[in-house]
Amino acid sequence: MKKRALRGGVWLALILPGVLFITVFMLIPLFSILFSTFSADGSFSLDNYGKLIQSVYFQQVFGRSVRLSLLSTVLCAVLGFPCAYYISRYSKRKGLMMALAVFPMFTSPVIRSFSWMVILGRKGIVNQFLVNVGLFSRPQSLLYNEFSMTVGFVQLFLPQMILSLLGIMDSIPEDLTEAAGSLGAPRFVAFLRIVFPLSVSGLVTGAVLVFTGCMTAYTTPQLLGATDTQVLSTMVYQYAMSLRDWVQASAVAMVMIVVTMLISSVFNRLSKKINPMAT
Amino acid sequence: MKKQHHIALGLITFLVYVFLIGPLLIIMAASFGEQNALVFPGQGFTLKWYAQVFQMSSFLRAALLSIEIAFAATAIALLLGVPAAYALNRYRFPGKNAVKTLFLSPVLIPCIVLGFIMLRYVVNQWNLSVIPSLLIGHTLLSVPYVMRVVTSSLANFDFAMEEAAGSLGAPKGYAFFHIVLPNIKSGIASACVMAVINSFNNVSLSTFLTAPGVSMLPIEIMGYVEYHFDPTIAALATVMMLVTLGVMLLIEKTLGLQTVV
Repeated sequence: MKKRALRGGVWLALILPGVLFITVFMLIPLFSILFSTFSADGSFSLDNYGKLIQSVYFQQVFGRSVRLSLLSTVLCAVLGFPCAYYISRYSKRKGLMMALAVFPMFTSPVIRSFSWMVILGRKGIVNQFLVNVGLFSRPQSLLYNEFSMTVGFVQLFLPQMILSLLGIMDSIPEDLTEAAGSLGAPRFVAFLRIVFPLSVSGLVTGAVLVFTGCMTAYTTPQLLGATDTQVLSTMVYQYAMSLRDWVQASAVAMVMIVVTMLISSVFNRLSKKINPMAT
Repeated sequence: MKKQHHIALGLITFLVYVFLIGPLLIIMAASFGEQNALVFPGQGFTLKWYAQVFQMSSFLRAALLSIEIAFAATAIALLLGVPAAYALNRYRFPGKNAVKTLFLSPVLIPCIVLGFIMLRYVVNQWNLSVIPSLLIGHTLLSVPYVMRVVTSSLANFDFAMEEAAGSLGAPKGYAFFHIVLPNIKSGIASACVMAVINSFNNVSLSTFLTAPGVSMLPIEIMGYVEYHFDPTIAALATVMMLVTLGVMLLIEKTLGLQTVV
């Protein structure tokens, strides 16, 4: 093998097409927009970011993105954890349960957001129910606000949380909890002291997927939000397509990249560190 | 171990699954309603919305384009990714990690940003038309899937087999196509499935790349539901979900669903 490597050339020919493709069509454009955000009138300047950060509108949009992503991540964790635990430990049809989580994941996000437009609309079943129960006197719009966006986000990313938790929970030997039980630990204590600490790394992995997913999702905020509930991704789209303000669109895009990369690299490292099952 | 029951957890799981799947079932049910407005529960039973979907040329055109782009982009991603994954596993050379990171990097960039840079540079600066730009963008989306799955299948492949073929006189290319490739074909198949589904469902990238008469299916649907609210989309969504179900069954029968996700 060493001899082949020394002869060289072959590996270069094999990687070169892909390297060139990604460099030309992704890296060069990315660095170009990065440079464009750091220049004003041809010289280096931080003005574009200064303008962005000082704009109340951007602050609101950024705050909303972070807030909704955090809220959705917490909701996914709270809903996903008991589900994954049940499927991993009690379910007799694990394969089916996994398939049912994968099915929505494979379904177009447009269709999934659209389904909430049907359900939460004025004539939707949620409104019918709330009017019948007497909570509302007449149908209220439950759509095009942060509530409907959060519902959409949670439904969009919950399967990812469930699957990454399942992955880690399935690797916890059942002997551990059984041993704890036979030594007298009540089931809940065994769960709290054994299963939960061992699952935290899966929880962190899932949380990173959900958070970065929500921070960058476009379909859900576009269909279930409104013009006064913009998030970063719809802001990039608006600046680029409606306002044709390339520089501001690029600056917002850079903010998105930096935030998502920072969050995922920090937390994925953390997740590896705290996973006692690794190595 | 005998599986025990846990009623409270079971109930929570059931409700969460209702939340996940219920909305999709409601769409399916609403697609058969007779009213012109999309309501659930609807009245009567009709298939007229299905007839209507298949008469709407804009949806059909968009669906065809989506399918073509998904398959073509995946094919290009294979041509770029498989040789690179092979080189990374087979040869020693400097900067391996950087190369691997480069091939995985498109997944780190938010799709909405990828779409934006496609529009900003590939379309507006370099004057490529929309369809090649869509193809380039979707290839970028697919390359990381190919890289990730194929490198992990190659990690389990024993290159001594290829060496053996070589020492028995097989030319390099012959050994690759007859020894290496057959051993990693299920990895390649699952990478393809994921890449095609991901490309077909993508919105954030494709939304920047439209021209009169040219748009991908999800974009066409989004444009429609912003102004219309009738069961046509429910019918279309049902057709798409049935296809998804079919694909999942096929995966389960051939590769096993667990290997894909």
